[in-house]
Amino acid sequence: MTNLLQIHEPGQTPAPHAEVEGLAVGIDLGTTNSLVAVVGNAGTPEILRDENGEALMPSVVAYLDDEVIVGSFAVDIARSQPRQVISSIKRLMGRGLAESQETPQGKRHVLSASSGGMVRVHVNDRVLSPIEISADILRALRHRAEQALSRSVDKAVITVPAYFDDGARAATKEAARLAGLQVLRLVNEPTAAALRYGLEKGAEGLYAIFDLGGGTFDISVLQLEKGVFRVRLTAGDTALGGDDIDQAILEWAQRRAALPLPGNEQEIALREARRAKEALSTLEETDLIVPRLGPLKLSRTQLEELAKPFLDRAITLCARLLLEGDIPAEVVKGVVLVGGSTRMPYVRRRVEDFFKKAPLTDIDPDLVVAEGAALQAHALTRGSDTLLLDVIPLSLGIETMGGIVEKIIDRNTPIPVAKAQDFTTYQDGQTRLMLHVVQGERETVAHTRSLARFELGNIPPMVAGAARIRVTFAVDADGLLTVSAEEKTTGASTSIEVQPSHGLTEEETIAMLRDSLDHAEEDMRSRLLAEAKVEAERILLAFASARRQDDVLLKDEERGKIAAAEEEVRRRLAGDDRDALLLATTAFEKATHDFAQRRMDRAIAEALQGQRLDDIEADMATARPSGEKNA
Amino acid sequence: MHATLQACWSCRGPVENVALFCHTCGAIQPPAAVDHFARFGLPVRFDIDGDELERRYLGLQQRVHPDRFAAKSARERLIAEQQAVTLNQAYQTLEDPLGRAAYLLTLKGHGATLAGEQTVKDPALLAEMLAAREALAECANEPAVEQLAAREGARAVVLVAQLTDAFAAEDYKRAETLAVQLKYVRKFLEEARVRLAGFHYA
Repeated sequence: MTNLLQIHEPGQTPAPHAEVEGLAVGIDLGTTNSLVAVVGNAGTPEILRDENGEALMPSVVAYLDDEVIVGSFAVDIARSQPRQVISSIKRLMGRGLAESQETPQGKRHVLSASSGGMVRVHVNDRVLSPIEISADILRALRHRAEQALSRSVDKAVITVPAYFDDGARAATKEAARLAGLQVLRLVNEPTAAALRYGLEKGAEGLYAIFDLGGGTFDISVLQLEKGVFRVRLTAGDTALGGDDIDQAILEWAQRRAALPLPGNEQEIALREARRAKEALSTLEETDLIVPRLGPLKLSRTQLEELAKPFLDRAITLCARLLLEGDIPAEVVKGVVLVGGSTRMPYVRRRVEDFFKKAPLTDIDPDLVVAEGAALQAHALTRGSDTLLLDVIPLSLGIETMGGIVEKIIDRNTPIPVAKAQDFTTYQDGQTRLMLHVVQGERETVAHTRSLARFELGNIPPMVAGAARIRVTFAVDADGLLTVSAEEKTTGASTSIEVQPSHGLTEEETIAMLRDSLDHAEEDMRSRLLAEAKVEAERILLAFASARRQDDVLLKDEERGKIAAAEEEVRRRLAGDDRDALLLATTAFEKATHDFAQRRMDRAIAEALQGQRLDDIEADMATARPSGEKNA
Repeated sequence: MHATLQACWSCRGPVENVALFCHTCGAIQPPAAVDHFARFGLPVRFDIDGDELERRYLGLQQRVHPDRFAAKSARERLIAEQQAVTLNQAYQTLEDPLGRAAYLLTLKGHGATLAGEQTVKDPALLAEMLAAREALAECANEPAVEQLAAREGARAVVLVAQLTDAFAAEDYKRAETLAVQLKYVRKFLEEARVRLAGFHYA
């Protein structure tokens, strides 16, 4: 099994959050539709629309012989060339072949597995990974934003379902990279919705976000308080959404007509099923017009019967979540609806029945997530007082003997989080250790999702049980995992960083970067340069602050040398030679080293003097319990 | 307790080890090696004001969370993340009475049984929990499980009150016994919750 190992210099992340000046947008990369929004000068989020004023861009991609088309044109193409068109690719992000075959996409397209076991989709002679297809959608969104704003867009906050596991998150980030977008932050969809809702309405207290989209369902409970958006609990199902209801309608129609439709006619029939479903939000009855299945009457009652099993699943998850958090439904102050599927009157009724209160619908459920993402993009680039505190949606663990999962980080733990666990060898002279990292709630490995297998080598040979291998699991604010390990007994500790595999082999990544029209390699170089510039400016600023305070400690003979070194850094800052800049900053740090040392020495001398006085005072205070103190 | 001085990683001048930010250059500082209580400026005791703890936790997160440093250098983002991780860990430990008791016992050198390093030598407790589990297994419906859970839930509340007294009296032996009991009651409540969730599936 191939894993994508990324080993980099400490402090030099591959995709740094670079300079502030560029424009950052918020993207809701949805299963059915995607949106892009930006916070304008007025400070309010604005959805960027196409030339026809459409806010939603269908997450549909047509792969023609020499052209890739995204959005409503791709939907049109699907009518005549369904095999060339892919929709709902989000459901396959970070997935293996077997589980993908269970989804509606698996029933419509030819799938295969990559060498790493991840799913590949066959479209018009191309074999594509879900990451590439998502990257095409992101490129189209970026293009729309650039057209609407008449300037370049290279950074984004992208939303993901709260319940996305590590593989799907990493895949989303990778897709953005291929599309030439730097991900400032992955934000959970319900959190983005809460941000939008809370900031707009000034809501405070416990709120539930019920998010039923095209392919995913999330239920989250957040505590909203004075600019702090704190996720308390989250649960969901990444394979539950409006798509399932469409599929159920289609299957019902085929049963009615006693005629199974061939795979290539399903795509278009599904669109009709969806249209009928949407029509039934306002009508009591509609005609389902699918070629060969004939016009069929579909009533709202019939639709609700078909949708019931899916809503039962969603409401069960709600019940379990509240039980887990010991939260009675009455304590929840409001329920915010997110996702196009919550437009169905039946969904609203089920939500109201369960939470015993009418859901909040005054912000468009289709737009609220993208708008929240735009607010967060604005906050990250321009600064703000709002704080998002999220949790990890699924437990992280490690396989132990006999296929049993040892949980390391429990679900609903606030992120960022890091936990260390010590492991040892079980055979004399054992020099390698295999670690298998899994995500999920079940006790056995077979029922969880495998994130990564990695091997820790170079363990000094010892008797069984003597080695101490400390493995650290760190989950960052994006919900992404990094595992590092070191052997502690010998003192010569080695450390590795592992980023779990998420659907692309290393060769594939390299090939894609090479092919990418957006010159991702060049992007990477310019990011490293930007990072070096931020660092150099930080060093100059730090020195300026120190000099303002302690100018007297500078020796006259130093001043010229430091000024020259500073001049060199500034000269290199204006250029684009990263190596020269790094050399100049190192030289500057050397030139200011003695000055920094003198500042330390003086402070320590002063502290020692002060401390002696403090000690005497403390002694006197203890001697006199009345607490009277010398001035 | 005296704060010690160390060199700021950014301007390399003196900064107190407990400072969040350098007073000279303003750079965020790595988390200090202090206990969880000191991190929030709280006294080392079991009986703490939960609301005050939460207020201080959120106040500190608001200053050090990595999102505040999105436009800063990689090093600053890394340090901000370390700070946020440390705060989350400290808050999670102290917020939960059982976590707080276990941590406090470790600080006082009494946490061996609780940490699972020593076996529980309390036959009465073990027998009692075994009986409770059997009762849970025999519950046929939701109200029966709820009734059992309510009984044990009330017991957990009493145990926390008793823990408060034991810690106040600096009776760590008794505190450890009570904490072990609380741990078992928690485990039982978790099992009851799983059973209740099972009823919701229908």
